[in-house]
Amino acid sequence: MANPIKMRAKLKGEVTEVKALMSHPMETGRRKDKATEKLIPAHFIQEVVCTWQEKEVMKALWSGGVSKNPYIAFRFKGAKKGETVQLAWTDNKGESGSAATEIK
Amino acid sequence: MTDPKRRILLQGSLAAGAVGAAVGTGLLTPRAVLAAWPESAFTAKQLDDALKELLGTNTYEPSDRVKLKAPDIAENGAVVPVTVEADVEGIDSISIIATGNQTPLVASFNLGAGALGFVSTRIKMAKTATVVALVKAGDQVLSASKDVKVTIGGCGG
Repeated sequence: MANPIKMRAKLKGEVTEVKALMSHPMETGRRKDKATEKLIPAHFIQEVVCTWQEKEVMKALWSGGVSKNPYIAFRFKGAKKGETVQLAWTDNKGESGSAATEIK
Repeated sequence: MTDPKRRILLQGSLAAGAVGAAVGTGLLTPRAVLAAWPESAFTAKQLDDALKELLGTNTYEPSDRVKLKAPDIAENGAVVPVTVEADVEGIDSISIIATGNQTPLVASFNLGAGALGFVSTRIKMAKTATVVALVKAGDQVLSASKDVKVTIGGCGG
């Protein structure tokens, strides 16, 4: 897969913490290519959706202001060890990536 | 002599054509409604405009129930770690703003049922500025802010 996602979900007490690292250039569209002096076209993740038990736990809406190879962490309640958490992103060019991990 | 009945028939078919056209254009509107990513909020250059588009209000109240963690000095503005923690019930969303950026709204996290008031990410900052975290819960918007000194800007150009 071209855009691997590193993802981890850990249960502590009753709270699950999900951490993910996506691989993406996150170009704002305002940066110039130093060699050609031309603007590098915008290319950034706009939406990251995290689901657990077919429920949307978190949906991130991003601009190009999020750093390259974006990192995200969030917490939610209600999950058990061994259950699966899914994460999927979509960027402004319509490209997408997804991953799933087991809660440990 | 023209047949009056033929005239009536013509008028009737014209009217039906107009109705058909109205339905046709009506069918095109749902596609625009589906656009979920709030483009106008993210492209707004003024913070007030961005907040009105995103949250429906530009007023917010500083609160010690919202905690914002960011470095005092960011050596590299391209990667500034930001963590927001909020001890508030019924949070709808947590938004992160870098006031010095050309488009100040950086990210917004919509929290579903069961999600706690915690998000952590890394943002770009064009220059030394204030980072603001906004926590929307029902009708109230609570905030926390922190000044971050940026030694090398992270937006390029």
